Amino acid sequence: MRIEIRWHGRGGQGAVTASEIVAAAAILEGKNALAFPEFGAERRGAPVRAYTRITDESEMARTPIVSPNIVVILDPSLITPSYVEGLKENGCVVANAPEDPKDLAEKLKLKEGLGLRVATVDATSIALKWLRVPIVNTAILGSLIKATGIVKLDTVTNLVKERFPGRIGEANASAVKDAYESTKVEDLE
Amino acid sequence: MASLGIVKEVKRPKPLSTNSAIAYATKDLDVDVVSAYPITPQTTVVEKIADFIANGELDAEMIHVESEHSALSAAIGAAATGARTFTATASQGLALMHEILHIASGMRTPIVMSVAMRALSAPISIWNDHSDVMNARDSSWIIYFVSSAQEAYDTIIQAFKLAEDSEILLPVMVSYDGYVMSHTIEPVITEERDDVLKFAPKRPFSYRLDPDKPVTMGPIADPNWFYEIKYQQVIAMEKALVKAREIDEEFKKTFGRGYGIYECFMCDDAEALIVAKTSYATTLKTILPRMWEKGYKVGLLRLRLYRPFPVEDFKNILDKVNAILVIDRAISYGAPLQGPLAMEFSSLISREDLNLNLTSVVAGIGQRRMIDSDFENLVKLAWESRTKKFDKTIFYGVRT
Repeated sequence: MRIEIRWHGRGGQGAVTASEIVAAAAILEGKNALAFPEFGAERRGAPVRAYTRITDESEMARTPIVSPNIVVILDPSLITPSYVEGLKENGCVVANAPEDPKDLAEKLKLKEGLGLRVATVDATSIALKWLRVPIVNTAILGSLIKATGIVKLDTVTNLVKERFPGRIGEANASAVKDAYESTKVEDLE
Repeated sequence: MASLGIVKEVKRPKPLSTNSAIAYATKDLDVDVVSAYPITPQTTVVEKIADFIANGELDAEMIHVESEHSALSAAIGAAATGARTFTATASQGLALMHEILHIASGMRTPIVMSVAMRALSAPISIWNDHSDVMNARDSSWIIYFVSSAQEAYDTIIQAFKLAEDSEILLPVMVSYDGYVMSHTIEPVITEERDDVLKFAPKRPFSYRLDPDKPVTMGPIADPNWFYEIKYQQVIAMEKALVKAREIDEEFKKTFGRGYGIYECFMCDDAEALIVAKTSYATTLKTILPRMWEKGYKVGLLRLRLYRPFPVEDFKNILDKVNAILVIDRAISYGAPLQGPLAMEFSSLISREDLNLNLTSVVAGIGQRRMIDSDFENLVKLAWESRTKKFDKTIFYGVRT
């Protein structure tokens, strides 16, 4: 088993943190995993990419992921075909987008018949509701879990509470659950 | 059901970055003094240690300094009193320490330093290559290159045991890739402090600064003595080669994880070898099995202990293959081969009269992107080099 996730966001949205939480959850669930960012000079608003690799093999490549199984897009402005480049067959796209998965698939020019799955969630609204700031990384985690089941919801909410102690942690955990509930998933037949 | 004997609890790995794993190691080693100046991508090492000190998990003195030059100077002072002393840096920080690197080793202070390797300016680059450490290779520090966060944790422990050995008393650098490792989250098993301290007990050496027994350290040595003192460093470095191997074996017996002072991966029956270190070595381990299936019988010699250089071991390994391809992540400008590590292997080959082709490849300068297919290309190049001689250093991936 080798699952590779590529994360696209903008500086300040927490793509790197999200990539780390998924790897941490996989490690706590007994798998081998790693997460790493592709750093540019760090500045708010600049496009950021991060990677998570999950496997049951003992050795893991430390190269950037060019053919991901899963692409997660945290910012609606990054919903263009270039961001799903290299997506594998039977792969999955999870995006912060208010529209239906079918409309998103069209925007991303995803082809039918490749076994692709598309999931959308209005992560920005969920983040604003629970956190009062548009930091969408925890919400998108709920959506990723709903669409792929790659790690357990409980593991992630516990990690989120650990990472952000107190009230902020609770609010973030609620954002994860809220997004999990409200994610729309569609398989492209 | 186990009836007799010790039932070893299965340890669960923590998700940690290499930077965090190193901070955990210093906590579990109960270091006394940490003197460091922040620099990307090393900063989170010291931040995490500061957390441990602040929340009471580590009782250590954190010395805040205004530069890396001062960080290492303060570390020398601390280590001279017999305190277990740690520092961490990268890139320009290591370059700024350069003067003091030689003083730390000349004064035989057993400091351990982690280096999150990063390119050197100019132009400014915050990204990873190995220019910083390769520039410090002749400073009489013992140098390790590690390939995972777990190995970094384990090697910091081994490093203190090695540095503080009364036969050695040399400072040790534990180096790893900035970002590609420093900021990567991966599984790490940490050990109990009691077990770590049993393995690497604090042994303040006898010649230390002590008000009750005053000594002078680091005074002038005239031409009648300077040479002998430097030669003692040569001897200590030779002893370190034996000691490092023993310590790793003992570590394996104690904690169940060992690395050797180098690693040979798929070397049996290999016709060519790639010499690599840090993250490139880990990646190559995932690439080589599928290249063997295609008929490329190429093995990996992973460099772990770089200073001292395991000459005899490498001689025996090289004797069995037709070609080696040495990947350098630093440039020795104007040198006979511009790959500094390739030059060392070249000198080994000619000195030992070995009959094989050596190919020098420079790659990943300033963290130039290397994806799986690039590593496949290098495996193919290593294979090709069995029958073809590449006289000049190949600058892989550069636009000319």
